[in-house]
Amino acid sequence: MLFELREVGLDRGGKTVLDSLSAGIPAGATAIVGPSGAGKSTLLRLLNRLADPDRGEIDYRGQPLRSYEPLALRHEVALVPQLPALLAGTVESNLRYAADLAGEELDTARTLGLAGLDPSFAGRDVAKLSVGEQQRAMLGRALAQRPRVLLLDEPTSALDHAARDTIESALAELRRELEISIVLVSHDPEQARRLGDWVLQLESGRLVGCGPLAEVLA
Amino acid sequence: MILLASTSIHVDLWQVAASLALVALAAAISLWWGADLERDIGIATVRSFVQLTLVGYAIKLIFDVDSIWLVLALLAVMVLFGAITARSRAKKVPESFKPLLIALALAGGTTLGLVVALGIFEPTPRYLVPVGGMVIGNAMTASAVALNRLGDEMAESRARIEATLALGATSREAAMPTVRRALRSGMITLVDSTKTTGLIFFPGTMVGMLLAGASPTDAVRLQLILLYVLLGSVSISALTATVLAYRNFFTPAAQLRELDDPEAAAA
Repeated sequence: MLFELREVGLDRGGKTVLDSLSAGIPAGATAIVGPSGAGKSTLLRLLNRLADPDRGEIDYRGQPLRSYEPLALRHEVALVPQLPALLAGTVESNLRYAADLAGEELDTARTLGLAGLDPSFAGRDVAKLSVGEQQRAMLGRALAQRPRVLLLDEPTSALDHAARDTIESALAELRRELEISIVLVSHDPEQARRLGDWVLQLESGRLVGCGPLAEVLA
Repeated sequence: MILLASTSIHVDLWQVAASLALVALAAAISLWWGADLERDIGIATVRSFVQLTLVGYAIKLIFDVDSIWLVLALLAVMVLFGAITARSRAKKVPESFKPLLIALALAGGTTLGLVVALGIFEPTPRYLVPVGGMVIGNAMTASAVALNRLGDEMAESRARIEATLALGATSREAAMPTVRRALRSGMITLVDSTKTTGLIFFPGTMVGMLLAGASPTDAVRLQLILLYVLLGSVSISALTATVLAYRNFFTPAAQLRELDDPEAAAA
């Protein structure tokens, strides 16, 4: 298993957000599904240590997640948040910032291509992009670090159908081109069916289903 | 070394009382236009009278005793109260008291130490008490403004900061644009007023010296020294406060701390 969760629990403001989750996330594409407030995004943030659980343990590649140095882990397990949050500047300056942090060489054109953007986007000011384009720039920025795992938090929730389809086809292409695992949070079971092959189903912070997508979301 | 001439003027209490006419005018304007400040104007007037009278006696005592230790004790009290006052302006910053206390102590200590070491002022109560008061007061305002802005900016930029942390940036790298803006807002007021000094307004020290009968040249030179000293102290305090305080928003694992109730966290 890529990630192994054992009795993972987390509270916020006196409320239990995640309640004794035990599940495995294999390499490949996993969808975390469930209604709003189920704890999907919170669980995703635990996977690259943007937060730590209050109870239980998470293993990554057979080692406790807490034994990984957080900054190095985040280069390897990259998270793309729900809403675009780029740094002021051009698309390329954002890609370069991420590549430099991870100590990677930047191939701008290839990285943009993987994120579904053509090379002319490199010099564009991020403030002048549509939300869909910004979201693809966010994806490109994560890819500039050459991660092994990509964590995507509702990557298309703020987008119209056309923009959503562009992101989804970029993700499908990405999986064909790179040896990369994807963990995707989505409130939309249809999107999970299109993109995932393993699924974790959450409701009110509890795990109500886990396994191959065809079985859990049958 | 600056030696103040022994010019002094005498101000009678009736003259102070007469100036209350302007306070009445302020209260009347507030009442007339419904600004709802009459009560505050009243409190401000009484408090300024009581506080300044007490400080006047305290300063007279300190001048009479002429002990450097008493001066240092007074400056330490100013730093302590300054940090407490500034903390109330930085409610969104968790545990802001310690950064503010260090910022004010460092700003006061460094600037007063330097002006004495450079031979600008004598290390006597007559110079250290008023200059120390100005330095610490301005440092307090600057660090309070800087931390107030830091708290607002950290809340507004939470998504961007966490997205940067998600790339494996350090807390410092993720917070840097925010810290820079907070530092700038702490310093900008004094920088701007220093730019326009003499054109748009006459600063207090110069006005005081002119009223006390000093020569305009001396008044201007002393005012310039104080402005430059204040620029230094404001920079030191705003920088120290922001650089120490931004860390309180993060855990050692470069995670943004959950601040369910920042006001409680600031207590």
